[in-house]
Amino acid sequence: MSRAALLRFSFAKRVKMAATASMMPCFRQQITSRNDMVPDWTSQEVSTGTTIMAVEYDGGVVIGADSRTTTGAYIANRVTDKLTPIHDRIFCCRSGSAADTQAIADVVTYQLGFHSIELDEPPLVETAGNLFRASCYRYREELTAGILVAGWDRRKGGQVAHLTLHLTIHLYTHLYTHLYTHLSYTPTLFTTEKVQQIQTFFMLAAQLNLNPVRDISRCSSAFSVNARSRKFDCRKPTS
Amino acid sequence: MATLTVTRPPFGGFSFENCKRNAVLDQDANKLGFSMPAARKTGTTICGVVFKDGVVLGADTRATEGMVVADKNCSKIHYISPNIYCCGAGTAADTEMTTQIISSNLELHSLSTGRLPRVATANRMLKQMLFRYQGYIGAALVLGGVDCNGPHLYSIYPHGSTDKLPYVTMGSGSLAAMAVFEDRYKPDMEEEDAKQLVRDGIAAGIFNDLGSGSNIDLCVITKGKVDYIRPHDEANKKGVRTGDYKYKRGTTSVLSKVVTTLDLELVEESVQTMDTS
Repeated sequence: MSRAALLRFSFAKRVKMAATASMMPCFRQQITSRNDMVPDWTSQEVSTGTTIMAVEYDGGVVIGADSRTTTGAYIANRVTDKLTPIHDRIFCCRSGSAADTQAIADVVTYQLGFHSIELDEPPLVETAGNLFRASCYRYREELTAGILVAGWDRRKGGQVAHLTLHLTIHLYTHLYTHLYTHLSYTPTLFTTEKVQQIQTFFMLAAQLNLNPVRDISRCSSAFSVNARSRKFDCRKPTS
Repeated sequence: MATLTVTRPPFGGFSFENCKRNAVLDQDANKLGFSMPAARKTGTTICGVVFKDGVVLGADTRATEGMVVADKNCSKIHYISPNIYCCGAGTAADTEMTTQIISSNLELHSLSTGRLPRVATANRMLKQMLFRYQGYIGAALVLGGVDCNGPHLYSIYPHGSTDKLPYVTMGSGSLAAMAVFEDRYKPDMEEEDAKQLVRDGIAAGIFNDLGSGSNIDLCVITKGKVDYIRPHDEANKKGVRTGDYKYKRGTTSVLSKVVTTLDLELVEESVQTMDTS
């Protein structure tokens, strides 16, 4: 399953590279000695390099993110909070351009707040997802944003929706498939122990991150948003 | 050349009508071998620190035009409101005008609400404006101030992303200043320690970055009081010449002297001082 995901991902990258290669005059031979089984992202520079994840469980969702924003090779902020509250029980995980995602999140926060006041009840996660989708799709040419919307509502409980903007780094889908294979995910089997497991897994996943940095000197904060309380379980930076 | 067009009344904000013309002029100039004058950048070190009672903002004072220093003592800490000040790095004109626009809007907003403006409001206004121009306004800002909710410090990037942090640095010398901050920052410092830390951060930028230099300006903002110290530290004083090339009177002998008085009447006298720093 994970192998299929890797192949799918490398195929997407190869398609993009082929498109650009056909537009440029060819000065060198195409590199054919590279093994097709090895995904090309292992040797390429990553532009955004964020790790975010969201997992649905019985009663809510757990979301997590690393805490690094970079401008090129310089770390502009090492304690960024990429988990942004959109409403009381709805969060979004931001990846991609910081400016674009902050702007979208501000717009959707306003729209969702207004909508919630009109309804006079807490909004649905699906509504938040649709609002994000509307903004991301309308300005898809100008934006670089990969957003996970996660939260809890009375109608359908904990939910996760993800929006990508084609060919941004699909790190979180990679993790998602890892999660499927390694933790044999089933919603009903989720307990607090599983949540701990996710958190440790997340630390390990951060190591797999494609950033040019090797050490785990990042903060990972996992928020457990569930029906009863808005329990924040913040882990301090490791190392 | 006059053309019969119905011109729209000018609405507020920036007008990009001359960009095409500038591109054509640039092409023509290149054909002749000249190059257009470069936009004056501040090539800066700016930083800010939150301490116990407020915020300390610091900046160097060099403005560069390519490889030449255009202004040896420019002011990079701009006024936004009585309790909020903003340091600007990047293109000098952009930072100057952006901060003036937001300062004016914030004053109107403050009169409308009847309250002292909040730093978060200024941050919102700045980030929404810079995002609207998609990074074409090259203004990287450090915004700091004290309002009813305490001291706040934001860093704002040209594309419109902001970070709320206890200590920030921006500009070409930001890496040198950040190194100093990462080493010596402590939460809840005293005012003197904070001023010394900011001074050392800017000094690191001045001495280790070619784009920053001259003096160190500080702005200490606390609840109810603003201390705009310009200059706080003259890190680079112009040296005194040791030799003198002037000839003494009498080196050349005078053979004859003729004096003709001019019949002039003083009509008006006005004095305009030059900035000879």
